[in-house]
Amino acid sequence: MIYFFSATDLITPNLGYSFWTLLAFVIFWLIMGKFAFRPIVASIEARNKKIEDELKAAQNARAEFESLKSERENMEREAREERTRMLLDAKAEVENFKAAELKKSKEEAEKLIEKAKLEIESQKNAAIQEVKNQVGALSVQIAEKLVQDKLETSDNQTALINKLIAQA
Amino acid sequence: MRLQTLLITLFLTIYSSNLFSTNSVNVDSSNTEAVQHDGAYDPVETIMHHVQDAHEFPIIGDLALPLPIIIYNKTKGTFFTALSSAFHPHHGTSNKIIDGYKYEHEHIASVDNDSLIDLSITKNVFGMFLGMIVVFVIMFSIRKHYKEGNNNAPKGLQGFIEPLIQFVAHDIAKQNIGKNYLKFVPYLMSVFFFILINNLLGLIPIFPGSANVTGNIGFTLVLAFLSFLMINIFAKKDYWGHIFAMPGVPKPVLFLLTPLEIIGIFIKPIALMLRLFGNIIGGHITILSIASLVFILGQVGKSFSGALAGGVIAVPLLIFVNAMELFVAFLQAYVFTLLTSIFIGIAQEEHHHEGHH
Repeated sequence: MIYFFSATDLITPNLGYSFWTLLAFVIFWLIMGKFAFRPIVASIEARNKKIEDELKAAQNARAEFESLKSERENMEREAREERTRMLLDAKAEVENFKAAELKKSKEEAEKLIEKAKLEIESQKNAAIQEVKNQVGALSVQIAEKLVQDKLETSDNQTALINKLIAQA
Repeated sequence: MRLQTLLITLFLTIYSSNLFSTNSVNVDSSNTEAVQHDGAYDPVETIMHHVQDAHEFPIIGDLALPLPIIIYNKTKGTFFTALSSAFHPHHGTSNKIIDGYKYEHEHIASVDNDSLIDLSITKNVFGMFLGMIVVFVIMFSIRKHYKEGNNNAPKGLQGFIEPLIQFVAHDIAKQNIGKNYLKFVPYLMSVFFFILINNLLGLIPIFPGSANVTGNIGFTLVLAFLSFLMINIFAKKDYWGHIFAMPGVPKPVLFLLTPLEIIGIFIKPIALMLRLFGNIIGGHITILSIASLVFILGQVGKSFSGALAGGVIAVPLLIFVNAMELFVAFLQAYVFTLLTSIFIGIAQEEHHHEGHH
């Protein structure tokens, strides 16, 4: 039996094959490196970076949102408290104002009444005085007339003088 | 790889059993037709024919794709070109002589024993070009998805290729080389995809696959040599410092260590070359050996029951070995790229020796 192959054939590099391999590989390397592998890897790197950045940005935005949310909640709570307080204040003020007004009007009314009373009193007194004066004058007139009548005679006059002296 | 060793042992068993079973066959060395028609089946011859290069690409039966033969005659200083079909070869041999060249056992030889350089586009070269074109088409079809500003999630073919690209760029290159890794990415990716596609095409048992492109020492030699250049050309000062004068080692020891380190520079790429070659050719031989069982037990069509038994044994084994080879195709592309990255990483490293003041 004769074998046409020999083991050395297998482990002896064929120059022509090596030449084509070198040529093919170098062309492959240059073209693929320039037009495919390098741009693809660069693009993947850029995309990875973008994804990382965006994840980070999203995380930051979330944290910011959380802080804004709590801030807003605080503001809301404060506003609510403020409103309540203002309402209470307003109510109290109204009450005070009402009370003050009431007091004031009461006082005014009292003052008016007092004034009226005083007026009435003085008017009354004046009227009484007037009446008194009138009555006095009238009495004097009457008395004059009576005296005139009675003293037309000297008897009467003497009698009266006596009587008055007696009375005094 | 213990499994593979086991399978190669199996192949050797078949090989030796064949030696004993065919010693009664009379072979006329000048007429290979006789071997075929005698009914003897020679698995070693068949397998070696399949794992080695050829000047034509068999399609089915006697139909083969003729390939261009390009010969440079060193003695005469002339070129000879022809299509392999001009020789009308049969099983790698032709009786025809053209311009003083004969076609024998898949080799072109000169009748005058001139010294020749065979630059033919052989089956392996053809397969290699095909693999290259496949990668070109794939990469250029997904390239548009990586236009600037396009940050969409990968889809379709891109979704299959991108993990491989990411794997080579990040898990192999970046992990082992460090900050300078981008400079080496095109080379490492070219190596990875070039080996991977040719490994995979080699596993397709029919035309236009099956060419044993990566399981050829001429191929691995070139890639190992380029890796050797990539490792050493861009090496940093510290790398050479460690080779010629390992810091912290006494002078007398350096006499022993430095030669070893210098040998190491060359051993690394040689190991790369032999590993890929051995693994891929081993896989091809294993698959062919198992397939040969059908013909050995069937005694080339004489025994139907033998062929049936061979098939029953061979088919599950073939499925298993093919699946394993599919894994090996990826693994070996990975290992070659990984080791190249590790060696480049070592050469790129800049040490800061604490304690050596």
